[in-house]
Amino acid sequence: MTAFIKSFSIKKRDFVRAGEASINVQNILKSLNMDHKLIRRIAICGYEGEMNAVMHGGDGILTVEIDTGRIILDIADNGDGIENIELAMQKGYSTATEEHREMGFGAGMGLPNMKVNSDMLSVESEKGKGTHLHMEFYVSTD
Amino acid sequence: MTLSELKDILEASILVGNEHLNREFDKCGASDLMSDILAGLSEGCVLLTGLTTVQAVRTAAVAGVGAIVFVRDKTPPQAVIDLARTEGIPLLTTPFSMFISCGRLHANGITGLSGMR
Repeated sequence: MTAFIKSFSIKKRDFVRAGEASINVQNILKSLNMDHKLIRRIAICGYEGEMNAVMHGGDGILTVEIDTGRIILDIADNGDGIENIELAMQKGYSTATEEHREMGFGAGMGLPNMKVNSDMLSVESEKGKGTHLHMEFYVSTD
Repeated sequence: MTLSELKDILEASILVGNEHLNREFDKCGASDLMSDILAGLSEGCVLLTGLTTVQAVRTAAVAGVGAIVFVRDKTPPQAVIDLARTEGIPLLTTPFSMFISCGRLHANGITGLSGMR
């Protein structure tokens, strides 16, 4: 079976459209009648990653790949990058600005939420060059 | 309790979602930071927040939140109400503060996201 792949663009500091890509992914998965708990985990990861890209990224791309047995989310941006990934993985650690908090984000829970809700998370980032989040979700065949 | 009972307890007005007045609620999340709601067991909860942007509704849609109540008499822009209608998420507004709203719901048996009281 050929994997289904679809990409969505993410615009830097576009807080009005932020989250649309993840809602689109959620709707695609719903249309495939996937388990609703799995859909929720994927949507949360997509949304957190998308918000990070909107807040800290340059323009970016969210790609969902639906394959036999697993779903992959890739969120890549060419923005600020993460200076210290270990710190960013800690609950409550945030580099958000007052503007981000006014939009309801910057709780320091983005990467921790993605780690908890994905089956595999890898973070590649370079200060000043951008960030690439890769997440995998395994589909139970029970 | 039903959304209708919750509305009475909070002396709230419905901005959109009158057709969902029979929806049942037993837990509540209260925050202006959406990742705190995404991190919790927020499926089916009522969200109390002062955040009136589209991100409150998108958070609710992603997390499966059953209704949003805006505290301190806040009313969101029309675009937010329209998005909530599309997503099937009722929006209410209460004159009470976050503290008083939480207290009223807690006194009437509503739990936190973890199920604790």
